[in-house]
Amino acid sequence: MADLSFHTPDPKDFLDLRSELSDEERLLADTVRSFVEDKILPDVAEWYEAGTFPRELAKEMGQMGLFGMHLEGYGCAGTSNVAYGLACLELEAGDSGTRSFVSVQGSLAMFPIWKFGSEEQKQDWLPRMASGEVIGCFGLTEADAGSDPSSMRTRARRDGSDWIIDGSKMWITNGSIADVAIVWAKTDEGVRGFIVPTDSPGFTANTIHHKASLRASITSELVLDGVRVPDEFVLPGVASMRGPLSCLNEARFGIAWGVVGAARSCYETALEYAIERHQFGRPIASFQLTQAKLVEMMVKVNRAGLVALHLGRMKDEGRLTPHQISFGKMDNVRNALEVARIARSVLGANGITLEYPVIRHMANLETVYTYEGTNEIHTLVMGNAITGIQAFSP
Amino acid sequence: MQVVVCAKQIPDPATPYELEPDTHLLVRPTEQILDDTDRYGVEMGLQLAQASEGTVTLVSMGPAGNMQGIRQALAMGADKAVIVDDPSLRGSDALTTARVLAEVIKREGFDLVIAGTESTDGYSGVVPQMVAELLGVPALTYATAVTAGDGSVTIHRQTAAGYDIVEADLPAVVSVTAGVVEPRYPTFKGIMEAKKKPVETLSVSDLGLEPDIRQKVVSVEPAPERQAGEIVEDDGEAYLRIVELLEKVKVI
Repeated sequence: MADLSFHTPDPKDFLDLRSELSDEERLLADTVRSFVEDKILPDVAEWYEAGTFPRELAKEMGQMGLFGMHLEGYGCAGTSNVAYGLACLELEAGDSGTRSFVSVQGSLAMFPIWKFGSEEQKQDWLPRMASGEVIGCFGLTEADAGSDPSSMRTRARRDGSDWIIDGSKMWITNGSIADVAIVWAKTDEGVRGFIVPTDSPGFTANTIHHKASLRASITSELVLDGVRVPDEFVLPGVASMRGPLSCLNEARFGIAWGVVGAARSCYETALEYAIERHQFGRPIASFQLTQAKLVEMMVKVNRAGLVALHLGRMKDEGRLTPHQISFGKMDNVRNALEVARIARSVLGANGITLEYPVIRHMANLETVYTYEGTNEIHTLVMGNAITGIQAFSP
Repeated sequence: MQVVVCAKQIPDPATPYELEPDTHLLVRPTEQILDDTDRYGVEMGLQLAQASEGTVTLVSMGPAGNMQGIRQALAMGADKAVIVDDPSLRGSDALTTARVLAEVIKREGFDLVIAGTESTDGYSGVVPQMVAELLGVPALTYATAVTAGDGSVTIHRQTAAGYDIVEADLPAVVSVTAGVVEPRYPTFKGIMEAKKKPVETLSVSDLGLEPDIRQKVVSVEPAPERQAGEIVEDDGEAYLRIVELLEKVKVI
């Protein structure tokens, strides 16, 4: 039996998860991390305050290989799912908005073309999207169809060899900066996915203002008023809700990883702050109540990291189920949110300024808590899996 | 153009450095990163090689560990690497390091050798010049800009006042400052391809060298605590004292 090691664990990697990664995975994570340190962190508080996201970053992200990175061919990098997860983690350690930007492009806009598109569609769109030249968005949710997307009202009907799409989509990340939208609409043949160039007549994207969360990210309403697209713009590979839901699985997997980064950033900020901040003549980290908070955060960050890594390995082995992704999305996001709230309390008044990343992560995670399947829906997906009884539809 | 870039793996400066108590040598963990200084050298090398359809070979000395730093440079786009890892080189001084590097560079062949001005862990700042001398080629140092082609290389050599333009025939050695070019991020494809690129690990005897390390670190003292600064109260004449202080540190 091996003896115990008596090294003190690294406060920033308590369970030494880094040692579970391959050389390649470490290098990839480090690369994204330095990109975030160089290009995101110096300005993200400004973007957040101004409510913008610099689209021009897309080219550099594309060059690195971030978009559709876990897809094969068509200019995509073809990495493992764990590598994709690590990239999401490092991006979201910067900001949930940055990770959302990449998630939407890769998992929601590129993935359906890659998975359900024709060869022509793949060749036409994927290389330009991988490089960041073309930005995509994903239109499924509607103002009155959130958790129940199959109640969508957007419809498409055939008109000769074309399709006419009417309806509107809500809460669409990247909507107003996108060049192309993957729009899901009801048809006589079931739910179909359409590749809609955003300069099509009848298509408008209205930016949603006055958000108090995920501010360094563009969120929009898409309005489709008799938008005409040729039949070649329909994704041929799917005609049911399986289409959009499979995209969501990809994105949710990325979220289960990403939020570990946001939580890590909050925990590390709080740890550093608690050691430096003195009250009553001693560092606040010396108080038992604060230590309890720091340990609670550290445990949650490590546990969420373990869950994400486990899901990633399973996905790479082709045995991950959507229910298990729900486990990761539901549990990791709520834990990350709790970490952010605890960190915010450790920082006191400093916890509410954008000088520190904590309040930004905390407000962002409120969005992440409900987007891509609310906490409740993921709970019921797992409830269904363990009882065999579906609770959310009659 | 065949470009050789000297690249060193160093412990991550973000984690506190540890010295062995008896030898005063730096403890080198299995995982080391590419010295930040060398990211500039690698980028410069890649740009010059790509412009001339040439190749970039990395030459390194030190414990190979898990090669994370070397892989980083390969992932940026370098074609291959040669690393000399030999226990007899522990505690190597600048001249021994330069001899080893020069020997490998000679074996590999080169039109241009690029190195950072100094490593972030050792800071001797003399290795590139020594390598040039041992190779018998010109040394162009402290470059803030480099152009090469048609058998010659031209650099902007950083000076206190600005820069000198220095030109030499190839082959030559150039040391580059941080900021000479903006290093690229390794691409994900590059990271995955890096694994398949050739990395040769050599010992000193493979090179037919006998290390002759003459310098030794005899003691290490902690840096003195910073002294408290002087607070100049403005009584209307404070500027005189400030000018005096600025003159003292020779900034005006």
